[in-house]
Amino acid sequence: MRSKHWIEFAIESLIRVLGLSSIGFVLLIFLFLLKEGLPAFFEVAPENLFGVRWYPTFGLFGTLPLILGSLLVTATAIAIALPLGVATAVFVREVAPGWAREVLKPMIEVLAGIPSVVLGFFGMTVLAPLVRVTLNAPTGLTAFTGGLILAYMALPTIISVAEDALDAVPKSYRDAGLAMGATQWQTIWRVVVPAARSGILTAVMLGMGRAIGETMAVMMVTGNAARMPTTLDSLFRPVRTMTATIAAEMGEVARGSTHYHVLFGIGILLFVITFLLNLVAAGAIFKKRRRGGLR
Amino acid sequence: MNRRYVVQRVGFALLTLAALLVVVPILLVVGTIIVRGASAIDWEFLTAMPRDGMKAGGILPAIVGTVLLTLGTALAAIPVGVGGAIYLAEYARDTWLTRLVRLAIINLAGIPSVVYGLFGLGLFVLFLQFGTSILAGSLTLAIMTLPIIISTAEEALRAVPTEFRTVILSLGGTRWQAVRYVVLPQAMPGIITGIILGLLRAAGETAPILFTVAAFYLPRLPRSPLDPTMALPYHLYVISTQVPGMPEEIKYGTALVLLALVLSMNVVATLIRSYYRRRREW
Repeated sequence: MRSKHWIEFAIESLIRVLGLSSIGFVLLIFLFLLKEGLPAFFEVAPENLFGVRWYPTFGLFGTLPLILGSLLVTATAIAIALPLGVATAVFVREVAPGWAREVLKPMIEVLAGIPSVVLGFFGMTVLAPLVRVTLNAPTGLTAFTGGLILAYMALPTIISVAEDALDAVPKSYRDAGLAMGATQWQTIWRVVVPAARSGILTAVMLGMGRAIGETMAVMMVTGNAARMPTTLDSLFRPVRTMTATIAAEMGEVARGSTHYHVLFGIGILLFVITFLLNLVAAGAIFKKRRRGGLR
Repeated sequence: MNRRYVVQRVGFALLTLAALLVVVPILLVVGTIIVRGASAIDWEFLTAMPRDGMKAGGILPAIVGTVLLTLGTALAAIPVGVGGAIYLAEYARDTWLTRLVRLAIINLAGIPSVVYGLFGLGLFVLFLQFGTSILAGSLTLAIMTLPIIISTAEEALRAVPTEFRTVILSLGGTRWQAVRYVVLPQAMPGIITGIILGLLRAAGETAPILFTVAAFYLPRLPRSPLDPTMALPYHLYVISTQVPGMPEEIKYGTALVLLALVLSMNVVATLIRSYYRRRREW
């Protein structure tokens, strides 16, 4: 009996350690990013680091074009994925007949499962030439192409979170809307979707997190020119994101060099941005859980 | 007809259009890769070493590399992930510490894959001196997979009714015995589904292995966990962007092999889930 208590105690302790390990991993990741990335802020003057020119071979580490590049591509992706995703979620949850739902759900899971490098490859070989011909542009590798691919990568997240949000709206809301004489369409847009808006906001946050952190597909289809996307036609010209810069250049830099530290510094920035996006999204998730009762 | 119902008609048509705009491109991507890649696939392509600067021969080392990386990821991620899920579902009370764990998991799920790559480079490759190796890559991928495994496994454990636990406890069993002999076996299909979903993410990822494992061109099979290796996703990236004059067929063939591997894991996970959901007696 005594030894049994000991085994029980040992196992419970082990499970507790495993349970808490996630906190340790987040801290460990942050620690190592800081360890390799912080020196950048001492080695490079701030006006250089936040300047507009990224030419590492000449000691110019202006990260502004990269940050704006990431923002442009992410904003494009969300502008496409938000209406498309919410409409699809509404379709699946409120309108679609059973068979359509049975077809749509696995298809969206397939989309979520396609590796980003495969989508990037498709974007390079099929989508980019199409964009080039349509726009009559010198290249099809543009911010828009990247945003389009990213939109489809963010869609599974946006659709499933928005669907959960719609699912959490009580049936009585819909009944009340219909009983007032509203059509199903009016009930959906004036009652159900507004009631689910915090969940839809969460979906957008998580989708943005996905989009801003996506690497391979973006690197393969955006053309990777580190120029400031400040002109009106920037959307249809090559652009370079933070993630693509790290992925493309880390393999070639000397370990411990300034360039190496700056790339880790960009990593810190990405970590902080996605951390904040997820914190806001998680806040909404926790609030929903505390309030309960919605179901 | 009433104007409001005309609006509704148009609205529903737009929603259907949106759903089609989501689905049709998916079919296009998968279809194109299958149609254009199928002609490249033969026995030699799957079982031979690459030749002529990867422009001929097969992709065996990339396939083997991806299989080894996925197995390594499984070895590291399954015990930690399932243990973490058991903690959250069976032991943790709703304290600030538990909330912190949940927050950490949500954040792990949101960290960009290339940042995992940086972390793996900093910790496993350089600090622990594993070098660019299967070991370093597997551990990096394992931490990335962890949140997927934990959240799906926790959901599976929570789905087991409370009565199953109280019966064991009332018979004089301990909490661990309830978990070990009743809850875990009941939740196993759901947990396995979660593990497969996590591993298929790991198998398809490129960014985390860029600086931790990947060998550009290494026409031999790895001999130890400390060897670097080629891997399918990285290989596809390399031959489609870094090697000029690469035959289209080989690129599409490689994309098809990777896609088939990942989608078949997806199908297996879905089948397990729906099969056991139907057979479940509670």
